[in-house]
Amino acid sequence: MPERSMIEISRVTRSYGAFKALDETSLTIREGEFFSLLGPSGCGKTTLLRMIAGFDTPTSGSISVDGQPMDGIPANRRPTNMVFQSYAIFPHLNVEQNVCYGLKRLRLGADEEKRRVEEALSQVSLTGLGKRGATELSGGQRQRVALARALVMRPKVLLLDEPLSALDKKLREQMQVELRRLQQAVGITFILVTHDQYEALAMSDRIAVMFGGKIAQVASPKEIYQRPVNCQVADFLGGMNFVKAEIVEENGASMILDTPGFGRVKTDKPAAFVRNGKGATLGIRPERLRVLWDDTTDKYEVAGKVVDRHYFGEITHLVIEIPGFDKPLSVTETNNFGADDIPVGAPIRLAYDPDALVALAD
Amino acid sequence: MTAPAEGIAALPVVRKQRNPVLQSEAARGLGLISPTFIYAVIFLVIPIVLVIANSFWTQNYLTIDRTFTLENYRIALTDPIYRDLLMRSLWISLLVSFFTVVLAYPIAFFISFHGGKHKGLWLFLITIPFWTSYLLRVMSWKVILGYNGVLNATLMGLGITNGPSDAFLYNTSAVVITLTHAWATFAVLPIFVSLEKIDRSLVEAATDLGDGPLRRFLRITLPLSAPGIISATLIVMIPTVGDFVTPRLVGGKDGVMIANAIQAQFGKGANWPLGAALSVTTMAVVTAMAASVVLVIRMAARRIR
Repeated sequence: MPERSMIEISRVTRSYGAFKALDETSLTIREGEFFSLLGPSGCGKTTLLRMIAGFDTPTSGSISVDGQPMDGIPANRRPTNMVFQSYAIFPHLNVEQNVCYGLKRLRLGADEEKRRVEEALSQVSLTGLGKRGATELSGGQRQRVALARALVMRPKVLLLDEPLSALDKKLREQMQVELRRLQQAVGITFILVTHDQYEALAMSDRIAVMFGGKIAQVASPKEIYQRPVNCQVADFLGGMNFVKAEIVEENGASMILDTPGFGRVKTDKPAAFVRNGKGATLGIRPERLRVLWDDTTDKYEVAGKVVDRHYFGEITHLVIEIPGFDKPLSVTETNNFGADDIPVGAPIRLAYDPDALVALAD
Repeated sequence: MTAPAEGIAALPVVRKQRNPVLQSEAARGLGLISPTFIYAVIFLVIPIVLVIANSFWTQNYLTIDRTFTLENYRIALTDPIYRDLLMRSLWISLLVSFFTVVLAYPIAFFISFHGGKHKGLWLFLITIPFWTSYLLRVMSWKVILGYNGVLNATLMGLGITNGPSDAFLYNTSAVVITLTHAWATFAVLPIFVSLEKIDRSLVEAATDLGDGPLRRFLRITLPLSAPGIISATLIVMIPTVGDFVTPRLVGGKDGVMIANAIQAQFGKGANWPLGAALSVTTMAVVTAMAASVVLVIRMAARRIR
């Protein structure tokens, strides 16, 4: 894949009075990439997407698409198309008319128009539903029409504003797979706005995690999940055990931390790390802790007792109190070996992988 | 036996005493609408039935001959005076509803799309002229359009005309102007409501797909506000056909409408059956015209793609 940049966002700020929806944000999105903007509501992700589309104007800073600065270019003349959260299917038009809405203006001729509408409908598996009225569609079908309507324009960038949030869980998971497949088939740069971390992890090439109008981290799904830069990102991306630690040594890109339970650990130093006294936070994902059954031992293990247990079908979530730790540790264990039968109060031993321990900035 | 147990035992008895018919959803609904329903029967259905009955009878000086006849309808439909009056009334009401909608649409559009936080205030301001009586408003148009009126004075003051003109008052256009003004608010409201119902993301989607302001207005906003245009047109058109105060006051000889003729038959003309036949004819024609206007607007909205 060529590493050409498609979208350049440089020092963009958007303020509403005293409130900054977006604060000096810079970001580069590559051509052909499936990029996600992930964050809680109000973090500025939708504002950023709407500014790329042209529905909102930066207070300062600039956005360029495919090398073209977008300052002063209205939304209707940008090489971007959007799939709206509400889908915004035109209710007075049928599927076909919705899909060819944008083509009409291009005056391609009836044959070419028809061909492109057919192609777009088949890309989203809606072939044969062209004459269906907009009000006779299911949620999933509306979503597909919205996609086809945008794709038929052959945009340089497709913007997706929480497109799956209105669908039920099963359909959502199916659409995640389909969207990813579609993006790889058409090769268009996709920018997805979502507050669902699993959605972002499952679909993206890269993710930008945003909080309070700022980008906290931009990285691949795996990196962002396994090596979050700070506690906020770590927490937003899923369960995380936070362990208080003391800095023993700090040099260059790595540091050595001392914790009551895990002992001395050498970790990478996060980019945003600012030393504040001797304290630091160490994180480990609940699934990276493993229950040690019967007599098995591990080089790295801690021992404690079960204080709480939550059953989730395929997994069980155990809360384990360990002497020396200020807070109990959370562990998720598959139910293959009977984790769902461990009684509360039972003594337990856990194994951990020191590589899974990450130092986190606050 | 303890008290709570007694209570439980007593409950089914109480239930039995209640009439299940009165408890049904439908019965309750009928109960709720019955005052309005009775009112409508007495003051709407009975009068209409009487009017229709009258239209098939004959006036014999002071008494009414109740033998069935179509003579009144023959006069109402073939007499050139009544035919012209009816056509003129329809034409005036069509003009009035057209101008009212054309004037009201931009107002409703502005309030809905650019009213911001003050939509309520804007709507309230629009109703202010309606705090004065309808008659007063018609009279004030007389003051504006009259021979010594505001319009003539202004035109003379600006040097556009040399002397006062009597061309503004006592004709069809005076009726149209006055009625258009009188009905403006009634047209703003339904159009406003239909514009409010349009999901703004639809307008954004049209923009996103390449439409500029004019195109997206013609392709999205206008067709989706068609229901509001239809109700505004009907709300204005149907009553204006039958208006007789405005033509009486500002219409002069050219502005006489069918309602004035109907009023004359029930009053001075003392020919109730003919008046009734004219009323029924007008009702039928207005219904037909309203239906065709609805069809035309719907088709126009569907034509725009």
